[in-house]
Formats: sequence, structure tokens, C-alpha cells
Amino acid sequence: MLKIEGLSVSYGTRRVLHDVSLEVCSGEVMALIGPNGAGKSTLVRAVSGVIPLLGGKIRTNGDDLAALPPMQRARYLAVVPQAVSLPPAFTVWETVLMGRTPYLNFLGQASASDEERVQHALERVAALDLAERRVGELSGGEQQRVLLARALAQSTPILLLDEPTSNLDLHYQVSLMEIVRGLAQRDHLAVLIALHDLNLAARYADRVALLVGGEIKAVGTPRQVLTPELISAAYHLPVSVISHPFADAPLVLPGSNV
Amino acid sequence: MTNRFLPYLWTLLFLALAILLSIAIGAVSIPPKDLWQVLASQLTGILPDSLQTSAFILWKIRLPRTALILLTGAALGGSGAAYQGIFRNPLADPYLIGVASGAGLGAVLAMSVRWPYTFWGLMAVPLAAFIGAMLTVFVVYMLARVGKTVPTTNLILAGVAFGSFAAALTSFLMLRSTGELRRAIAWLLGGSSQAGWGPTLTILPYLAIGLGILILGGHALNLLQFGDDQAQQLGLPVTRTKTILLLAASLATAAAVSFSGIIGFIGLIVPHIMRLWFGADYRRLLPLSIIGGAGMLLVADVLARVVLAPQELPVGIVTALVGAPFFLWVLRRVKNQGYW
Repeated sequence: MLKIEGLSVSYGTRRVLHDVSLEVCSGEVMALIGPNGAGKSTLVRAVSGVIPLLGGKIRTNGDDLAALPPMQRARYLAVVPQAVSLPPAFTVWETVLMGRTPYLNFLGQASASDEERVQHALERVAALDLAERRVGELSGGEQQRVLLARALAQSTPILLLDEPTSNLDLHYQVSLMEIVRGLAQRDHLAVLIALHDLNLAARYADRVALLVGGEIKAVGTPRQVLTPELISAAYHLPVSVISHPFADAPLVLPGSNV
Repeated sequence: MTNRFLPYLWTLLFLALAILLSIAIGAVSIPPKDLWQVLASQLTGILPDSLQTSAFILWKIRLPRTALILLTGAALGGSGAAYQGIFRNPLADPYLIGVASGAGLGAVLAMSVRWPYTFWGLMAVPLAAFIGAMLTVFVVYMLARVGKTVPTTNLILAGVAFGSFAAALTSFLMLRSTGELRRAIAWLLGGSSQAGWGPTLTILPYLAIGLGILILGGHALNLLQFGDDQAQQLGLPVTRTKTILLLAASLATAAAVSFSGIIGFIGLIVPHIMRLWFGADYRRLLPLSIIGGAGMLLVADVLARVVLAPQELPVGIVTALVGAPFFLWVLRRVKNQGYW
């Protein structure tokens, strides 16, 4: 379980996140949506501990994650970043093995059980056949799966994803989201995923949080949050919401400004 | 499993060959048979009169020089690989980012304040070079930084500019120097020829610490290739790790520069070749660059002795002749394929 309490972050004098509180339960996919510049990536980075907090707490089972050293925090929480400018010369296996860092000795030697975890993680994202390939040779979709496998190898109860689908084509978007939902349902991870695509959020998230201007405007099921009123106001665009033709989810259709 | 040790086998073989060449070849060449007899005489105590001269050359001149060049090459190869990893910059090299020149200035300043007659005085020279190196890293990094990133070519431009500045100050100090200092600075700029065992023993502890830390830092350098954010999310205390690695690399560079002079490009070429042949894993790349750097500089030094014999070229000239075109090749690769 991930509990964010009153989180505030500023870049210089500019306040980027105001008093954000959010709770992601184990076994749940929480989608974080909002227009560009709303602070989605900042929230993911702040929770993962790479930028200093102005205020607030990040808890899991009572532990304050923000107060832990990076090595220990990395046992609670793994991050899937966007697959841009990865070091191309490492093999897929080497890359995923780096997810085991929080459990390795200071020489970075992997044990047999570490290797087992890596193999399992690669199987989970259907990328085991890529193991010996160099990351630089892979397509964007394959690279994104490798990063997901690396996060899985970290064996954490909490998983954060920062817009993992934005560079993927339709097929990879859907298969990535299916894997992510499986991780929550079968492995009981608490998943917080920043998403650009409202309809992916509608279809795959258990709950949705709408972030606008650094503040949480609404949290609830997709049907509760993806309403014409809330979305129009957040994105400054008239929208209509209909029922998805073959899934139990709302479908957001953008209108036009003119 | 054989695959894991093969790279070490090849580089060690190369190093062994380079050591043999370095001992055997010079103004007076020592044939392998004589070499063997001289070495064996250490055990047997029997040394024919005809080999007295060879023995003298070997113990007093050839071996100390070989040892010093070997250590210098090891330091440059290792710290080059480390700088490339820390800055995520394939063009980084102790010379090109100005650290070598900064260290040289530190060493010369220390020598001109007081010429090191004693052992502890000698030990202080690498420390002064180390301070010079660290100041240079700091200044160059600050100058090259744009926001949170350090563009590849910015680092090199700032490094070359600051390096030239430090080198100019060094030349100035040399011009107004006299006696012992002038000779010392001459080998600082050119590479050593008649150093004896003192310098070798002096830099050994500094190198052991610096290179030892770098070898242990292989996994951390691997993580840093993903950028600061991801490295920290994977569990690495990034700022502390980078600081320690920079200190270690600069210590190794400073020790190398203190008594062998400013030698460029070894730290650029060797890690690249090792990466091309044996992959990007820094846990392997660092030790291989250290061994390879030692071998490569020994070969360059042999060339420096042979090309214009009996005159000697400074070894830095040989490495620059090979290294500068190599630098341009890497620069083109970086432009064409993005960062490697």
C-alpha cells in the first residue's frame, strides 16, 4: 500500500505540487491523469525520492519512504520510466539484472536466486527471448517491456510508472496495460501509473486521480472521474463521454474548441 | 564461464608482451637470452662479467622506467574509463577534461615551493597534484554544465580551455625556474627518462587506493549509465557515489601525472577498444582498461624510444599522434549514433 500525505514540491520558487494526498491500495491500479504540466511526472519523481519534498509524507505500512536511504527505498518501490535514451550497449539481461541492485552486495554480484528473479521478470513481460540482445537494437515497445521487467526484478510491493505508453503503438499499449493490470490483480502490487491517454486509464485502472495545476481535483472510479464536467474543465476542451462499445468502461471523445 | 575470463587472458597476454618489449628494447638492446640470465642471476648469484653492463641497465634504468610507465598507463586507462562512466561522456579522458594539466600544475607548484629531497617530500607531490586535479574537475564541471545536464562537447571544450590555462601557468613556472626544478618540470611535460625507483614507489599507494575504489565501483558505474534518477530509483546513493568515484579517478590521474608528465588520449582510446571488444559492463571494463592502459602506454613508450633512436621522443607525442585521430573518429560516431 502506498499512502501519499500532503505532498508539496517546488522547483525554485515555483510551486509544482500543492498538498497532494492519495492512497493506492495493494492489488489496485491507480491511474494519474491530467493535462501537460499538471505535475504527473513530478509526482512520480517525488514519490520515488529523486527530488526533495517541500512537505508531506510518503508512507507504506507506517514506514516513511522519504526518510529511507535509496537502497532501502528501492526495496519498497520500483519505477518504470519512459524508455528514452537508455544506454544502448548493455544487454537486456544485464539491464534487468540491475533491478536486483537493492539486494546485491557492494560488488554487484548476482546470486542464483537473483538470476532466477530476472528470468521470471523477463518471462512475465514476454521478453525472455530478447535476453541476449543489446538494448540499443530494440524497438521502443521492447525497450519499455525491458524497463518493466527491470522494475519487476526489483520485487517491490509498490510500482510507479511514468507514462509508459506514450511512445508505443496501439498493440504495445494494450499489451503493456494488460501486464500491468495482471501485476496488480495476481501479484497484489500497488500500482500508480501516470497516463496520457484517458481511455487507457478508463479501461485498465481501478481508480483514477485527476491532477490539475499541481492539485488533485478528483479521485474515484473511471466513471466517477471521467465525466464531461471534470474533464472539460481540466483540459479546457468540450468533451463527451459515452459507454465503451465492448468494454465496461467510459470512453472520452474530445470535442472542438471552435 | 570460459567466456568470462577470456578477456582478462587476452589483455594480460598483451601486457606481458608489452613488458617484455619495454625491458628488452632501448638505446642498448638486451637480447632475451641475456635478459633471462640477468634475471636468473638474482636467484643463482652467478653473473658473467660480460653481462655486468646489461644488469646495471636493467636494474637501474630499464626496470624502474618500465614499472613507472606501467603504473602510469594503468592509472590513465582506469581513470579514463571512470570519467567516461561518471560523466556519461564517451569523449572524457583525464587529459581532454583538463584534469591531467590541473594535476601537473599542482605538482609543479608543490615542487617550486620546495623541492622534495626527502621521501615524505616526494610523497607530497602527488597530493598537491590531487588537489589540482580536484579543483580542475570542479571548475570544468561547473563551466560545462547546462542546467542539470553536461553536454558531451561542452565538457571537452571547458576541459581543453582550462587545461591550456593550467599548462600555460606550468610553462611560466618552468621558465622562471632553475636547477633541479627545471629538470623536474622537463619530465613533467615530456615523460620521464631517468627517474629511478623513487617515483614508482611513491605513487604506488595512491594508485592502489584510487584504482582499487574504481574497480569496486563497476556496478555503480553501470547504474549511472541510466542517468541520476534511474540510478537512485534502483537503490544507488547517487551524489555520494559520484563524489567518491570522482575522488578516486582524480587521485589515480594525479599520481600518474606527478612523475610521468601529462600524457593524453590513453584514457580515451583504451576504454573504447575494451568496450568494443568485451562489452559495456563496467565491472569488467574497469579492470580491463587498467590492464590495457598499462600495456598500451608501454608500447607507446617503446615506440618513443625507437622511432628517432638514439634520441627519445616524449611518450605524450606518440599517444597524441594515435589518439587525436581516434578522438575525431569517436566524435563522429557520437554525432551519428547518439551517445554510446
